[in-house]
Amino acid sequence: MISQFFVLSQRGDNIVFRDYRGVVPKGSAEIFFRKVKFWKGDEAEEAPPVFNVDGVNYIHAKVAGLMFVATTRANVSPSLVLELLQRIARVIKDYLGVLNEDSLRKNFVLVYELLDEVIDFGYPQMTSTEVLKSYVFNEPIVVDSSRIPTLGPAAMFMQSTKRMPGTAVTKSVVANEPGARKRDEIFVDIIEKISVTFSSSGYILTSEVDGTIQMKSYLSGNPDIRLALNEDLSIGRNVGNSMYDYRSSAGGGSVILDDCNFHESVHLDNFDLDRTLSLVPPDGEFSVMNYRMTQEFKPPFRINALIEEAGPLKAEVIIKIRADFSSSVTGNTIAVQMPVPKYTTRVSFELESGAIGQATDFKETNKKLEWSLNKIVGGAEHTLRAKLTFSQESHGNLTKEAGPVSMNFTIPMYNASKLQVRYLQIAKKSKTYNPYRWVRYVTQANSYVARL
Amino acid sequence: MAPPVPNLPKTSSPSQPSGKSEVADLKLQLRQLAGSIAPGSDDSRRELFKKVISFMTVGIDVSAAFSEMVMCSATSDVVLKKMCYLYVCNYARSNPDLALLTINFLQKDCRDDDPMIRGLALRSLCSLRVANLVEYLVSPLTSGLKDSSPYVRMVAAIGVLKLYHISPSTCLDSDFLAMLKALMLNDPDAQVVANCLSSLQEIWSLEAGNLETVSREREALLSKQVVYYLLNRIKEFNEWAQCLILELASKYIPSDSNEIFDIMNLLEDRLQHANSAVVLATIKVFLYLTMSMADVHQQVYERIKAPLLTLVSSGSPEQSYAVLSHLHLLVMRAPILFSSDYKHFYCQYSEPAYVQKLKLEMLTAIANESNTYEIVTELCEYVANVDISISRESIRAVGKIALQQYDVNAIVDRLLQFLEMEKDYVTAETLVLVKDLLRKYPQWSHDCIAVVGNISSKNVQEPKGKAALIWMLGNIPMICVRGLEPYTITLNFIFTNSLVILKVRLHLLTAAMKCFFKRPPEAQKALGVALAAGLADSHQDVHDRALFYYRLLQYDVSVAERVVNPPKQAVSVFTDAQSSEIKDHIFDEFNTLSVLYQKPAYMFTDKEHRGPFEFAEELGSLSLGTGSVENEIPAQSYEASDNDLLLSTSEKEESRGLGNNDSAYSAPGYDTSLISLEDKQVQPESNFLSLAVPTMPSHTSSVFDDLLGLGTPILPPPPTLKLNPKAVLDPSNFQRKWGQLTTSLTEEFSINPQGAVALKVPQALHRHMQGHSIQCIASGGQPPSLKFFFFAQKEGETSPFFLVECLINTSSAKAQINIKAEDPSLSEPFSTMFQSALLALSPS
Repeated sequence: MISQFFVLSQRGDNIVFRDYRGVVPKGSAEIFFRKVKFWKGDEAEEAPPVFNVDGVNYIHAKVAGLMFVATTRANVSPSLVLELLQRIARVIKDYLGVLNEDSLRKNFVLVYELLDEVIDFGYPQMTSTEVLKSYVFNEPIVVDSSRIPTLGPAAMFMQSTKRMPGTAVTKSVVANEPGARKRDEIFVDIIEKISVTFSSSGYILTSEVDGTIQMKSYLSGNPDIRLALNEDLSIGRNVGNSMYDYRSSAGGGSVILDDCNFHESVHLDNFDLDRTLSLVPPDGEFSVMNYRMTQEFKPPFRINALIEEAGPLKAEVIIKIRADFSSSVTGNTIAVQMPVPKYTTRVSFELESGAIGQATDFKETNKKLEWSLNKIVGGAEHTLRAKLTFSQESHGNLTKEAGPVSMNFTIPMYNASKLQVRYLQIAKKSKTYNPYRWVRYVTQANSYVARL
Repeated sequence: MAPPVPNLPKTSSPSQPSGKSEVADLKLQLRQLAGSIAPGSDDSRRELFKKVISFMTVGIDVSAAFSEMVMCSATSDVVLKKMCYLYVCNYARSNPDLALLTINFLQKDCRDDDPMIRGLALRSLCSLRVANLVEYLVSPLTSGLKDSSPYVRMVAAIGVLKLYHISPSTCLDSDFLAMLKALMLNDPDAQVVANCLSSLQEIWSLEAGNLETVSREREALLSKQVVYYLLNRIKEFNEWAQCLILELASKYIPSDSNEIFDIMNLLEDRLQHANSAVVLATIKVFLYLTMSMADVHQQVYERIKAPLLTLVSSGSPEQSYAVLSHLHLLVMRAPILFSSDYKHFYCQYSEPAYVQKLKLEMLTAIANESNTYEIVTELCEYVANVDISISRESIRAVGKIALQQYDVNAIVDRLLQFLEMEKDYVTAETLVLVKDLLRKYPQWSHDCIAVVGNISSKNVQEPKGKAALIWMLGNIPMICVRGLEPYTITLNFIFTNSLVILKVRLHLLTAAMKCFFKRPPEAQKALGVALAAGLADSHQDVHDRALFYYRLLQYDVSVAERVVNPPKQAVSVFTDAQSSEIKDHIFDEFNTLSVLYQKPAYMFTDKEHRGPFEFAEELGSLSLGTGSVENEIPAQSYEASDNDLLLSTSEKEESRGLGNNDSAYSAPGYDTSLISLEDKQVQPESNFLSLAVPTMPSHTSSVFDDLLGLGTPILPPPPTLKLNPKAVLDPSNFQRKWGQLTTSLTEEFSINPQGAVALKVPQALHRHMQGHSIQCIASGGQPPSLKFFFFAQKEGETSPFFLVECLINTSSAKAQINIKAEDPSLSEPFSTMFQSALLALSPS
């Protein structure tokens, strides 16, 4: 049972503020904002999502550059409150199509209306977009997603969200699009976040795929759907039934997930039999299934990096990146970073000849090399050379002073785990009924690191 | 449709709510529209209402428009109605008179044909929070609970709780609770059931102790019938209500193990839920149910690992953190069960510091013989981390693992390699750890010597690193002289520079002494410089310690050595920062904030807010009532965990000294850092001492030496005065009194030579004087010169104390006593008594 709920902008303004129980003082939003902004004073440490000031617990989640905050004096379940905050954000997004400061400000009355139904006296009530539809009357004012301002320096609040934002689907679930009648369609996104750590010799130390099958349905009449996954999919890597594991891994190419969980609308009656999920998708966006895999997989990029002394007060860095995937696939928004020794004063970069869409930078303040590439086509290899100048002699081991190299990227239509949606079946209401089905794959780096 | 906020900034920063003219303007416009039924007037009203609400949101007081808002509220437009309700609920509490105006239309809406309007009106009516309006609540609530629409019943169920918070008696006197109970067990709508449960739980836990029936009612909630009824329907509930039910189930006490397995089988699939709150609530049920079945309990750990790890990696960073904190708690309870999962706890570079810290602690806890190599290798990578605090934590983690393990060889090597990185903070942390390692494994000294000896003192900037280095210099004989050399050069600087932290200066003095004992010829000069600089130090503690050493040396070098450099015993166990009792208590509060804060609820919530939701606490199904634990002590030990994993020597001793001074006396001369503390408390006198340094005023100064707990004892006399045989005075009070009082009597006399012989065992005198109701609080010195401190109290609880300093020369059989009395008029009789007691001492 929470006491208050509010949403703050990056500057700390209240965009909505709702007091459900009246036991936490009014100034809580300001107290919260100051605390988050100046957490531990000089140390640039981030405030944890949950903290206590004068007996009031502040629980917050950052979503789309906004802070969703709940306060309470009770010893609540933090997970419950954090899940609730995320859910509120998602419901708002379902309604508004786009969730950002602008859309929220334009629709704050609608948001109040939602909040009134979502929480009563601090207890969560209904939180499904589907159910809420019949209780909420404001029409969303749709914000043109093309003019969503970039967030720029406010990156402090941006923090890489692990779950990818619902891709390009920015259509409100409830709003009637002007001019056109509502189009029946359903989006299924297989989003994978991969983490890989390479040792200095290029050997894979750890690897993990965290995936989610995300669905956003605009289907009218809530038809049944069936989602079929790889037939040879097996779950539970370390758990018993080794016979089965043994056979399937011997078959090669099978997908073995460590574990997974499902949205509550999912029926698993046939899952053990033929790996199909059946569900009646509620309106709005939700994760059908989350999964985790530590089975070995082929990392999409190979990183080779080295740093060498090149005379007194000088060193050279060479970073090579090879895209280890099919040439029909292209990775984009690639960013490579590498911390260099603290006493580096100057860096001159040398890109390969004819490099297009690449940029380099030396961040003086935190002593980092940055290399960005607009895209990398599968099979391609790119190299960056950088000459460092030091202000003092380096003592001992340069590799202890620099690195590791970390990489960020997005690869559409690629997935590391090989988990596939074999088919997506929608129960037909009539012969002509043939809604659009979009199944998309995307892989992103979560923590992709090569040590020196 | 203008967005509401863009036109605000001129007037409306929340900190300076102005906007008076806007409010007046709004009032005017509202008034104009109030009665209007012209087409489009609802749209204009919506716009105006929106403005009002947006002002309200940013904190501008728009309560002035209350009556206008109410006038406009007679509308059939639902959106308008909702805005109006929101407004009214926000300001009703501060404007109770105006709130009365709204009752009429709210009551009317409660009887509307549309169930949604009824629900809305009822919800708002109950949210006004105005005490003198409760009479209007009872009848709409009663009909609300019986309403045909589940929406209205759902609202009414929470409405009862709202009523209770406004006026408990009105709520309890009506029949509401019985109605809620009936609804909870019979209503077909799951949300109605859930809200009834929420309300009942909260009301009954707030009422606990007030009514006889309450505890019975609460037990009834936990009866097999109710719990099973809810659990069997659990899939009908939404995920939040599922959490509520699971929470209730975690407090249920099954009658036999079949029940336990039934419940667990029933809930098994809840572990696959995507909502982390549901999964954690389920885990709580599993863990609590199996508490008494060790093997099943362990299976539960195995079973919940995978779902927890999936939740950690699938949610938002905030959700991950909440789950990871719970995983952390479980790992700390049963590290061995997680020892093969260590790779999951490797840090990722993108993770925030608070996540990485948890992971480091987990890695430290699960390190065992099979995985230590990998874990330490990984931790060593983090040492180069850009984030300095993580780098530090990593070093500490490595050190902590080294302290846990038998085979530390490899780890020591790695630690020593850190020193070669020549990063200030790395060096400092590493030195602290090397020092702790040496305290536990003195046999590693040789390995450390070469490396530590090579550290250039200018690379050690951080105080705690310096202190640790100097400690080592003083305690590892082979490196001491060469190592200290650079310091002697800068000694004067160090001592005169107030920036050099106190601890470093104190350690330096001690180290100089220790070096001197080991290599007198080489270290003499350094010691001389150190003592001179120490005596000139402006800080009292440093000055006093230097003086103390100086006199000690002057008195007898071998005594000084025993005092300053006694044989050290290897430290086998470093204290755990948090008591297991507290850890258990946190476990009892699984799936609450306690786990994230790593402290039990009573440390961060006040009682009234703890009460409502710690529903089962008093039901006895959980251990430890909060009352049984003294608030202060756990709080302190928690604080301690915030500090270094292993406090540096003096830090630890200092905190001990502060908490409990007794120890200073039982360990004569060992805890040198304690001395400085004691000195502080005797400051007034030692100031005067400092004026007389070179000439050594004989008796006052030695007072201090003994106060510092040097150690051996003497003499006695009998009475005309009645003393309290059970006088109690703790050492710190003794020192305070000693500092405050002036000497009221000084006497010299001879003692029985035979008695003097008995003094070879100081305890003999302690016991002897005790027999005369005079307590010894400290003793010291070496034969023939001994010194004792005694105290005694006149009979009676609050009677004045006598404090005695007694110097005895056993070879000349002379004694000198200095008496300080709280009542100086009694000095004479007490002196007589003391002397006769002392004279009565004979060899036994």
